[in-house]
Amino acid sequence: MRLALFADIHANRQAFAACLEAARARGAERLVCLGDIVGYGADPEWAVDTVMGLVADGAIAVRGNHDHAIGTPSDGMNDEARAAVDWTRGRLSAGQRAFLTGLPLQREEDNRLYVHSEASDPAKWRYVRDTADAARSMLATELQITFCGHIHQPGLYSMSSAAKMTRFVPTSGVAVQLLTGRRWLAVLGSVGQPRDGDPAASFAMFDTVSREITYVRVPYDIQTAAARIRANGLPHWLADRLFIGR
Amino acid sequence: MAALKMQPGAVIDGFTIGEQVHRGGMATLWTVTHPGINVPLLMKVPLLSEGEDSAAIVSFEMEQMILPRLSGPHVPACFGTGDFERQAYVVMERIPGQTLYKRIGELPLPYEEARAIAGKIAAALTSLHRQNVIHHDIKPSSIMFRERSEAVLIDFGLSHHEHLPDLLQEEFRLPFGTAPYMAPERLLGVRDDPRSDLFSLGVLLYFFTTGVRPFGETETLRGMRRRLWRDPYPPRSLRDDYPPWLQEIVLRCLEIDPGARYPTAAQLAFDLAHPEQVKLTARSQRIKRDSIGTVWHRRFNLGAVQPQPKSDVAAQLASSPIVMVALDIAEGSAVLDEAIRVTAERVLSTSPSARLACVNVLKLNRLAIDRTLDEQGQNKHVDRLVALQHWARPFRLEDNRLTVHVLEAIDPAAALLEFAAVNLVDHIIIGARQNSMMRALLGSVSAQVASEAPCTVTVVRPSRLTVQGESKGTAEQGASDVAPPGMF
Repeated sequence: MRLALFADIHANRQAFAACLEAARARGAERLVCLGDIVGYGADPEWAVDTVMGLVADGAIAVRGNHDHAIGTPSDGMNDEARAAVDWTRGRLSAGQRAFLTGLPLQREEDNRLYVHSEASDPAKWRYVRDTADAARSMLATELQITFCGHIHQPGLYSMSSAAKMTRFVPTSGVAVQLLTGRRWLAVLGSVGQPRDGDPAASFAMFDTVSREITYVRVPYDIQTAAARIRANGLPHWLADRLFIGR
Repeated sequence: MAALKMQPGAVIDGFTIGEQVHRGGMATLWTVTHPGINVPLLMKVPLLSEGEDSAAIVSFEMEQMILPRLSGPHVPACFGTGDFERQAYVVMERIPGQTLYKRIGELPLPYEEARAIAGKIAAALTSLHRQNVIHHDIKPSSIMFRERSEAVLIDFGLSHHEHLPDLLQEEFRLPFGTAPYMAPERLLGVRDDPRSDLFSLGVLLYFFTTGVRPFGETETLRGMRRRLWRDPYPPRSLRDDYPPWLQEIVLRCLEIDPGARYPTAAQLAFDLAHPEQVKLTARSQRIKRDSIGTVWHRRFNLGAVQPQPKSDVAAQLASSPIVMVALDIAEGSAVLDEAIRVTAERVLSTSPSARLACVNVLKLNRLAIDRTLDEQGQNKHVDRLVALQHWARPFRLEDNRLTVHVLEAIDPAAALLEFAAVNLVDHIIIGARQNSMMRALLGSVSAQVASEAPCTVTVVRPSRLTVQGESKGTAEQGASDVAPPGMF
């Protein structure tokens, strides 16, 4: 089965629509949304409605910290993130807010774990920045492969049977087989707000039979996404950063 | 997860096990057959008995990931892999014959034979590096030859693939590999520089031409680290008749700083193919090792020579192309020659390590008797070499970046194509024949080169013509109906 995995959509309609189309073109049979559907971007209603529709059709979704913040005071966020969450909260209907805050923190499927931040304590929203962070997450689950997002920078970590770690920055478009002899943590890039220096939207395909993961970059209409952020009175930096992918 | 029994007659994923043909420290090799596959096959199975360190597993994982992605004549074709959950294996084409290790008893080999062998290995490394892979274990026992004579690289357990996770990166405290052949930067943990393979090939060439390993057979880390500051004895100090061009090549491969070696395997292969054109530097004459002062300076300034943390294999290869310029000295015009020069300048300006090969074809008549002297008794071959040198002078390239070649052939296009293929040329620049009557009579050399070349081709014509023709001035067909001004 071919999975398409999306993380950190952040209410960027143009980016998410482009990624969904690219995933369908690649034969995606099941969609997984790894959290942070809203926040930063100017189309939260559309983004939530789209994911709700996908979930009704069998997609999996887990909760991210921005989704979580819709239902609670946005403590611990920087000013721009908080401004965006507060704005978003006012845009969403009660049903949409209930959907976001009711999402599970993690989901298991076969030998795979889906979680927004990392597995050792998902509600703490820790970033996976290095092999030590990755090891802590991998040791917290029995499952062979963990998929997460949150940091907006693609990374692929492995742990050998002797607990040795490797770190790798994936090359877009090149399939990597996740060998059965070791455990893997696949950190996805962001659909709606990439921060690895490449402004193109980022998602991943995973083939459960060949166990190959392919990180994909998709160019999208950044002009429109940025214009909508500015038009809605959100902090301008949230629009500017889309052009540079930072 | 019960392991399948490896024994003759057993069947794994459709492969029927034959006999065990080799048992090494890390793996066993078995002959296997499969209905529908008509080449001889080998199954490589890792040894995973008790007391085995993880090196065998990790290097097998690397080979499993890398081998199926490789193609071409310089690697064994891969026909399947099995994972560690059931029975780990890789099935590959069985290359007949022995590895180069069998020749060790005959060393030193004649210079000419060693040159030919090293040239084949350099061509194989070119193919491998172009596929984003660094071998990291180049040594005689990793090299075989096809019956058609191409070198085949085997054993990818220590290799690095630029687009795949490097499972060896943090696995071992010590660099893993074959000590006598290991490049100095490997001792500093660098695994992403393709020039490490050129160093290993330099060790092999030194060994095969002198009978002595340049850094001995030391296996200790302390002994290996000496190569970070201590250069080997120049081959000429071991053999009086050692050719200067060969010492130039060998010592350039063995430079401690990867930046001082050949930038690519293709450029090394080029020098090995044209020993008479190797530009000799002080290296070629050296009979002593570096002075103790130089050595101490290196030793106590190790931090200063540490390479960049991350080099990009593809970018490095792309910055060091072999550019071939085909010049028609007999029939070309000054205007066209100038247009070709402008185009070549553009290409060279973006590629700081590019090498320029200027080529002219001396056309032979089928019934020609005297091939080299014209009616005045002048040597046409030499005249043309001089003309090529003259044309290239304005580039002001360092000597080791420029070569000139006169090919003698009946069919110019075929000769140019063969030169490009044999010399691993990345980019051909060729002028379009301007005289349309000549082209009608003789056919277009540039069109044939453009359509059949194994690399990028730029077809050049003076801009006056492209203005009148179609906008894409690099396609000869675009202006086929445009007569050059003043021609009729």
